[in-house]
Amino acid sequence: MSGLYRYDELDRRFLAERVEQFRRQVERRLAGELTEEEFRPLRLMNGLYLQLHAYMLRIAVPYGVLSSAQMRALAAIGRRHDRGYGHFTTRQNLQFNWIKLVDVPEILGALAAVDMHAIQTSGNCIRNVTTDQFAGAAPDEAVDPRVYGEILRQWSTLHPEFTFLPRKFKIAITGSPHDRAALAIHDVALRAKAGADGAVCFEVYVGGGLGRSPFLAKLLNDQVAEQDIIAYLEAVLRIYNQYGRRDNIYKARIKILVHEVGVDKLREQIEAEFDRIRGPKFRLDPEIVETIRAHFAPPPFDTLPAESVAFEQARTADPEFARWCRSNLAPHRQTGYAGVTITLKPTGGIPGDITSEQMEAVADLADRFSFGEVRPSHEQNLIFAHVRKNDLHALWIELRRHDLATANAGLIGDIIACPGLDYCALANARSIPLAQQISERFADLDRQHDIGELKIKMSGCINACGHHHVGHIGILGVDKQGVENYQITIGGDATETAALGQVLGPAVKYDEVTDTVEKLVEFYLEQRRAGERFIDTVARIGVRPFKERVYGSAA
Amino acid sequence: MAVLLKNGQPIPDSWIALDDTEAAVPDGPVIISLERWTRDRAALAGRNAPLGIRLKSHQLAPAIAADLGRFELVMLEFPKFRDGRHFSTARELRERYRYTGEIRATGHVIPDQYLFMTRVGFSSVEVPDGANLESWRLALNEVSVAYQAGVLDDSPLAGLRRKVAL
Amino acid sequence: MARSGDGPKVISANRLDTGAVVWLGAGDSWVEPLSAASVFEGDEVAAALVRAKAAERANRIVDANPVEIELVDGRPEPVRARERIRAKGPSVRADLGYQAGQFS
Repeated sequence: MSGLYRYDELDRRFLAERVEQFRRQVERRLAGELTEEEFRPLRLMNGLYLQLHAYMLRIAVPYGVLSSAQMRALAAIGRRHDRGYGHFTTRQNLQFNWIKLVDVPEILGALAAVDMHAIQTSGNCIRNVTTDQFAGAAPDEAVDPRVYGEILRQWSTLHPEFTFLPRKFKIAITGSPHDRAALAIHDVALRAKAGADGAVCFEVYVGGGLGRSPFLAKLLNDQVAEQDIIAYLEAVLRIYNQYGRRDNIYKARIKILVHEVGVDKLREQIEAEFDRIRGPKFRLDPEIVETIRAHFAPPPFDTLPAESVAFEQARTADPEFARWCRSNLAPHRQTGYAGVTITLKPTGGIPGDITSEQMEAVADLADRFSFGEVRPSHEQNLIFAHVRKNDLHALWIELRRHDLATANAGLIGDIIACPGLDYCALANARSIPLAQQISERFADLDRQHDIGELKIKMSGCINACGHHHVGHIGILGVDKQGVENYQITIGGDATETAALGQVLGPAVKYDEVTDTVEKLVEFYLEQRRAGERFIDTVARIGVRPFKERVYGSAA
Repeated sequence: MAVLLKNGQPIPDSWIALDDTEAAVPDGPVIISLERWTRDRAALAGRNAPLGIRLKSHQLAPAIAADLGRFELVMLEFPKFRDGRHFSTARELRERYRYTGEIRATGHVIPDQYLFMTRVGFSSVEVPDGANLESWRLALNEVSVAYQAGVLDDSPLAGLRRKVAL
Repeated sequence: MARSGDGPKVISANRLDTGAVVWLGAGDSWVEPLSAASVFEGDEVAAALVRAKAAERANRIVDANPVEIELVDGRPEPVRARERIRAKGPSVRADLGYQAGQFS
């Protein structure tokens, strides 16, 4: 089986020691030898939050790649230690919401048995490196980013110098000119590409991030050689660790350092440090790269014709299947294959949630149809990257049985929403029930298909875990004197044409949000030209006309 | 009473940390602040006994780089364990400035930082009052594989992995 | 308009070992149904918090905080939505949490 980094004895030893270390930390905490203040950063380093209802465990899915065995293990943990379901996040990780501290050592042991962990999914350290859910499959891919995702994962794991940073540090990587990994909103982002000499090199971006002060990342260097990438990142992190602000947690991300120092001056400092440390010690040995690349060799594809007769016949015969194909399929570099998006956004459902039963079904289907691989995306959906066109109809029938075949990928029903006030101690307002309401309002799939690509992103507070700033329609929950209000933005974009959404007008009340969204959609449908997506129409005519439709021309 | 640890074991401490308010510098090994060093370096020029310097969390390696030859000890303060700046300071002292003297951590440090400290070049740690010395001792052996090169001459294992050398 | 924070309060926390939401009840016990929580007024609140902090130091609970409530049919009902959700369970899953009878 390919597409996954297979742990060897060293990786497993590390993980086992780590589990034992945390077990002792839990014991010391329960015995009172560690105060909560001392324990908190340690449990956060293992992805364990204290949330509204219980502890929440955030399990790492490195660069968003899971094996079917891992998915089954997650299902079992959900059943045994939680309430039978999990939640996929906007950083490709999985969260369980009803965890007991005393159970965590056993849970970590169960995860380690399938080479999984919750290391560094929280805390002021380097977090999960995320990537394109179509890595290794997309026709437009120049370099497989998973190779470097794995290298960065190893490099950043329990890094002795960078474990007590001013704040969290999020890295994303893509290997394609198209950005499906939301590079622009990450602290550091890499684009792997072929340089002039054909060798792999990287564009390095710095300073993206949302929250109270949203910023899009800026280019640091457009050509860092493969062998230098570790040294370059060490330089970035060292400058950040030393000079990032520690006086105010709202000003502690690297985006603030970029903003206050200026990217040019920061680049000077970083590249001076890089020049000092590049050399044999930090050189990324090409042999290491090749060893890791071998783990991500293409799976044993069949040689297939471009057209699948069975597929075409099924599409003609079954309009419901045809509709799913229009929204949920992606082109594949291998002839006769397609990528499949399984949205976790059933009409009226909780975005990103999946039951243990569904996880097991997905695992079985992955084995049957996609070489045993599943990829959670930052849009809270699951992807089967390599499905034979011949098999698509059979797969779809199975997905339907498990309520996993909603034909809304990338459409208005494919809403990204954080857990919000229903689960999260940080939230100001609920996000899930509004997502459900909007989903119900647009339940008609033909209508969704007619509207076309429209990415709604919702956050229950300014921390922006729902990425609302970069939604085509963004919805931010705020607390106005105890009443849930929502600020609407439009025109955000998380791709290579990244943009922050613009505020539409005054915040609207909970009961008005769905109507507001519908007004925006109707106005778009009236105004659009042929081939224009919602976001294209916003770009062409601007925010003002939309604002006037929603608030009236007096606005 | 703070306890000084080296390689996980308590050792006697021959150094005296001198407060800025004390006028006279006693004989013997003394640790002074960067502020005192800046003010009194001429006066301290002829002094024979070992000299140590103490850096607050915002006082980084470049601040003393030119004078490193004068110090047998650099003491790095952690006002809160979350303030990780001095992990970079220690690293820079060792790798960039080739400092071979003692680098000591002090302040609010926890055993879970011990292994990280040794890998970035700390020689010793002054643990707070009431610390559980057993936890500190055990901390050094908790993880035997690292994914990054430390400042010591690590034995490479395979790929990025290193045997944690102490 | 009443000054926010004037009214009766309960003391809320999470159990250290399970993370379950609990409230300070009779005899300094930590109870699960909000209905069993002791209600404090005025100076009693500060005194109750002192006892709660002691329980924190004894490693039974974490993160003790006063929560403003109003009495509805004699039972405490949190004023803020956040605390109502904390007391009941997620508003989007009536089958989960205390609202579904899922006590320890």
